[in-house]
Amino acid sequence: MQAMSTRRGPRPAPGRIRDTALLGLALVSLTVVSAWSLFIGVSDINVSDLLQADSSKMLLFVESRVPRLAAILLSGSAMGVVGLIMQSLVRNRFVAPTTAGTVDAASLGLVVATIWFAGVSVFLKMTIAVIFALAGTALFMTLVQRLRYADIIVVPLIGIMLGGVIQAAATFLALRYDLLQSLSAWTNGDFSGILRGRYELLYLVGAMTVAAYLFANRFTLAGMGRDVAVNLGVNYHRVLYGGMALAASVSAVVVVVVGGIPFLGLVVPNLVTMAMGDNLRRVLPVTAVSGAFFVLVCDIVSRTIRFPYEIPVGTVVGVVGGAIFLALLLRSRFNAG
Amino acid sequence: MIELSGVTKRYGPNTVVNSVSLTIPGGGVNALVGPNGAGKSTLLSMIGRLLPLDEGEIRVDGLDVSRTAGNVLAKKLSILRQENQVAVRLTVKELVEFGRFPHSQGRLTAEDSRHVEEAIEFLELTELSGRPINRLSGGQRQRAFIAMVLCQDTDYVLLDEPLNNLDMRHASQTMGVIRRLATELNKTIVIVLHDVNFASYHADRVVAMKDGAIVADGAPGEIITGPSLTEIYDLEVPVHSYADRPVAAYFAIGSRPVPNRNANHRPPTKAVLATDH
Repeated sequence: MQAMSTRRGPRPAPGRIRDTALLGLALVSLTVVSAWSLFIGVSDINVSDLLQADSSKMLLFVESRVPRLAAILLSGSAMGVVGLIMQSLVRNRFVAPTTAGTVDAASLGLVVATIWFAGVSVFLKMTIAVIFALAGTALFMTLVQRLRYADIIVVPLIGIMLGGVIQAAATFLALRYDLLQSLSAWTNGDFSGILRGRYELLYLVGAMTVAAYLFANRFTLAGMGRDVAVNLGVNYHRVLYGGMALAASVSAVVVVVVGGIPFLGLVVPNLVTMAMGDNLRRVLPVTAVSGAFFVLVCDIVSRTIRFPYEIPVGTVVGVVGGAIFLALLLRSRFNAG
Repeated sequence: MIELSGVTKRYGPNTVVNSVSLTIPGGGVNALVGPNGAGKSTLLSMIGRLLPLDEGEIRVDGLDVSRTAGNVLAKKLSILRQENQVAVRLTVKELVEFGRFPHSQGRLTAEDSRHVEEAIEFLELTELSGRPINRLSGGQRQRAFIAMVLCQDTDYVLLDEPLNNLDMRHASQTMGVIRRLATELNKTIVIVLHDVNFASYHADRVVAMKDGAIVADGAPGEIITGPSLTEIYDLEVPVHSYADRPVAAYFAIGSRPVPNRNANHRPPTKAVLATDH
């Protein structure tokens, strides 16, 4: 039950042992399923092929299977963590990149980049998407702060409406410039296109997730409101806007490389905090591992359900995440907070 | 020492705190009393740098609160507002541990843990230390937040109506603890109180505010008198004596307005007139 254990404490508290056990269990399952996922696909690769250094199979393994797994782990963990941070900072359990206009703004940015900056590098396109995501999130924050009654339901509703308006703009542009198919790829996440050389931007997201952990205590304090945070010497506005900017940037990079992953940032943090509480230093690592696990399982389903064809992971996540989210909503514990 | 000079706060055309000057030397329980809207909470929030000042200056041990870095002030003074976030699912112990944040930035040393243990013990929360704060009663939660502030280990502790919504038992217990913070741990307490009788029994000094200004300032025996309370609250309150302290029997009267009084006329009947220091 304790967050910050003593450096030289005489004995670890039982809560800490439970936390470690939980994290360990999650890591072990993630590793097992990760290893399994490497051997799922149209081309039949098994361990002996790798040991025999079968060159064509080895190539497929290194060029496609491993990058795909890395992309899944990096984006899944990051989107889980980002949802957790947004929920804490906005103090609303329904706020996530997909319910704050962030993801829609990022895909609008991509449309704009593709139309008017067609020749630029992927890195520059990503930068444009990040800028749009930051602007969209800032707009959401401004709207929320102007609300007279920041009701728990009204806040994400505003975000969803804002997202809808931004998406309409993106669709309009995409329609005029014949980009509808690209737009639907950006809004619906898919790992099938991930190859070596096309996912490395996600390491940025991994670095940002680690950075988020270093600020976890400040995020928790900001989540207790401005008065408590200021009292404890935290620069509230810097933490609030810094955290939201981090969340927007991570979401935008994931949209650029993978596409939107619905419900992930909503469902995973809520499941974890329901079990472990709102102390981010404690729950952030478990959220990261659970987010990765969730996406990995959904990706395996998307690869196997219509084998040898694939369906986009975003579709599977949407169905599974939506079902979990409904179940969460109907549980009284969620409503009781 | 807390020094206020010419402190003013305005909201649009309304001046909520009007050029208040006040000196609070270290030690003791200093109660801020007065009617609703007198500016007590606003003044307290400004001392605790939760609200910016429009005019004037506030110094705490010589540090200007509007200019000193937040984490420096966080080791000097702590402030607890009325509305505390309860939707956050932290255990009592986690909450109290966050009180050490200004000292340790979250990496608790053995000394930090000692403070945490002591604060939890001081507020008799040992049995509740593993319980999430959103599942505590109002009184227990108030004690948990006071433990957090105690753990912060500041010389000055500012409390905004900590007895709000507490029943008789919890209110008296909490006030007893606050008194002990001053007596046993030599903290300087500045506390906004609604009930003048708590001020009468537990405060060393009572500062009364009305319409954004200090209208009376002195020992409880000087302020909690019939004429003085009439002046502060526009209400004739019978004051009795119990255990050598004045007790205002305000609950016995209805809402009788004071006869023959107009707003601009203030007879000099109060105990100590407010003065600009």
